[in-house]
Amino acid sequence: MGKILKSYKDLPHAPITYEDTVEAFKTGSWRTFRPIYEESKCKKCWICWKFCPDVSIVVKEDGSGIIFDYDHCKGCGICAAECPAKCITMVSEE
Amino acid sequence: MVRKLINGNYAASYASKLVRAEVVAAYPITPQTAIVEMIADFVASGEMKAKYVCVESEHSAMAACIAAASVGARTFTATSSQGLLLMHELLHWASGARLPVVMVNVNRAVAPPWSVWADQTDSISQRDTGWIQYYSESTQEELDNVILAYKVAEDPDISLPAFVTEDAFYLSHTYEPVDIPDQKLVDDFLPPFKPKAKLDIDDPHGFGSLSMPHQWYMELRYLIAEAMDRSREKILKADKEWEKLTGRNYGGLLDEYKTEDADVVLVNAGTAASTIREVIDKLRKEGKKVGLARIRCFRPFPTEEFRALGKKVNTIGVMDRCYTFGDGGPFFTEVKSAMYQLKDRPVIKNFIAGVGGRDITMKTVEKLYDKLFKIKKSGLDSEKEWVDLKTPEVV
Amino acid sequence: MMVKLPMPAEELVSPGHAGCPGCGACLALRVALKALGKRTIMTVPACCWAVMPGTFPNCSIRVPILFTAFETAAASASGVRAALDAKGIKDVNVLAWAGDGGTLDIGIQALSGAVERRDDIIYVCYDNEAYMNTGIQRSSSTPIGAWTTTTPVGVNKEWKKEPKKSGVEIMVAHRIPYTATACISYPEDFMKKLQKAASIKGPKYIQVLCPCPAGWKSDPEKTIQIGRLAVETNTYPLYEVENGVYTVKKPAKTKPVKEYLMTQGRFRHLKEDMLNEIQGIVDTEWALLLRKEEMTAKK
Repeated sequence: MGKILKSYKDLPHAPITYEDTVEAFKTGSWRTFRPIYEESKCKKCWICWKFCPDVSIVVKEDGSGIIFDYDHCKGCGICAAECPAKCITMVSEE
Repeated sequence: MVRKLINGNYAASYASKLVRAEVVAAYPITPQTAIVEMIADFVASGEMKAKYVCVESEHSAMAACIAAASVGARTFTATSSQGLLLMHELLHWASGARLPVVMVNVNRAVAPPWSVWADQTDSISQRDTGWIQYYSESTQEELDNVILAYKVAEDPDISLPAFVTEDAFYLSHTYEPVDIPDQKLVDDFLPPFKPKAKLDIDDPHGFGSLSMPHQWYMELRYLIAEAMDRSREKILKADKEWEKLTGRNYGGLLDEYKTEDADVVLVNAGTAASTIREVIDKLRKEGKKVGLARIRCFRPFPTEEFRALGKKVNTIGVMDRCYTFGDGGPFFTEVKSAMYQLKDRPVIKNFIAGVGGRDITMKTVEKLYDKLFKIKKSGLDSEKEWVDLKTPEVV
Repeated sequence: MMVKLPMPAEELVSPGHAGCPGCGACLALRVALKALGKRTIMTVPACCWAVMPGTFPNCSIRVPILFTAFETAAASASGVRAALDAKGIKDVNVLAWAGDGGTLDIGIQALSGAVERRDDIIYVCYDNEAYMNTGIQRSSSTPIGAWTTTTPVGVNKEWKKEPKKSGVEIMVAHRIPYTATACISYPEDFMKKLQKAASIKGPKYIQVLCPCPAGWKSDPEKTIQIGRLAVETNTYPLYEVENGVYTVKKPAKTKPVKEYLMTQGRFRHLKEDMLNEIQGIVDTEWALLLRKEEMTAKK
């Protein structure tokens, strides 16, 4: 959908949402640390994906590894802390 | 059409059955209890196919109605006094969410001290909540107003909640002969509720959300203001349609009786209007030109009608069955405010009468007309007067 | 998706929500909706999750959701279910999703009412142990000894003195068909419990521990570890009560409560005496829980 709201005439009759937050809120800007991934070390257990509170880890279709959604990742570091292979490192966002 | 001897409460129950309310969530409170008890009977007997939720408080009653209406169900609830006050937060919620919940409120005094008798403080305290507000005078009107309330509330151009009031005991418990319309007549007048939006697993949305100052809160409130303004015409239109079907009409937003040539007029809402009519008939026989303007809809306020009245009549007494401390009777205040823009403003006097269920008798009403005639001759004495108050001078 | 994932692939919570980094509650809803699926209607009162989905016209939650007044999560869920029933709409989960404040304090009347009426709802209390959305004020679910802004420490040692109110035991007392605790560090367990709840008709209550880095003053990356410690120290035991029968998950090795408490700044002020007192409380509660399991076991 994605109707652009300009005036009250564009509004629905009540505060009823019609879009998710993928485009609207790029929370990646919150980061002070960013996760860096070493695919060669990855065990493909998907534990990082399982525990990401920000839905910012995507498992590749072919199962060869993960991709970070840096538009939204807030850099909490849970993935790095939980990864059994230690293939994710948190690096300062500089 | 069936003619039954019923009271205001049962009229409300019959109306909720006729409109085919789908979800009823209500909590008992004197003197409303008979409404919900009769509905429970209707559901138990199978006459009414509603889901009846025995909620544990009035606050939950309105919460459940709001939620059910959000799914697209036609909802109904009833309460009074303390219960209405407890729901107050959610009255704002229902209108903000633009849900056509319909409620009957039995006008009862607020505590302390405890009083179960007629007083309009409870519903008046809701005036800012964005609900369409009807005040009924008779049992027949109570039944009809509830049906009309759904028609207006559910109109897709409106989509606002509405309540219909009845005075405690004077209307809730007094039996009158009432024409109960046929189910088919009501079905034709009021088709099934078609919500503008609903909680639907096939079309997910977030209802309620959050909005910041620079975003859309103010505009969403503006939409409510517009909808309430539009409801005026819808109320009159629905009334006309109902009159065609039943022959009954209640005078629109301001129900006037013998005001065309009146020298003085009393304004009031609720059952005391019936007493006033009796007095008018009596005094008219004596040659006194008296009239009544009964507020049938308090929201939207009948501003146009009052301005027209103010142009005709120069002495008006507004009777309030409640009071806004620090100001005056709320009906009085709003009538005054409506008249402000007139070039020649009528003299308006506030009579505070019947508070806490104190009886408003024919003698009292005659006294008030007397006072208005004196005011017409010699000008306003005092702006506000508490009628039949036990003052040291009187007792 | 060709790959076998530990949970269903579909994301019913979108990225871009306003949750704090490392928020346990964010993970909780992501997991819960994977367990319950698209045929779910949510009622969410004032709480972190009323704000995290973003501002109108955007919402991170991809199922129909009714945002409600604070104390009305359960009453609203009752209303949703009544309307679905009235309309003959079947096979839809009604999920009331509320914080500990909205469940055990201001919302407890509505919760008690809804479950007493045996309304067919799943009520999940995501327990971050304080009124987090309004800035970390104490709730009845705040554990004993914790700092919050309304139980600050100070010279007078005003940390929370009262033990944590047990929402789970209150629900058990209502004799509802299914009650359980969960913890976001064990998402598979949480999912299983939700799916079990969804298969039962009537009121179901699950209370899921969600560590809150902001309110607990803990390291965001340690959220999952902290949740694990809560369970491994018996501070937040994982148990179910199904038709009155208790089933308690026993940790392989019980760790001292201190190990859990010291991961969080909200307990930093506690000295040996308080730590021992808390260990004592945890031990007593754990022993009582095991006795309940014994007492209610099916013969």
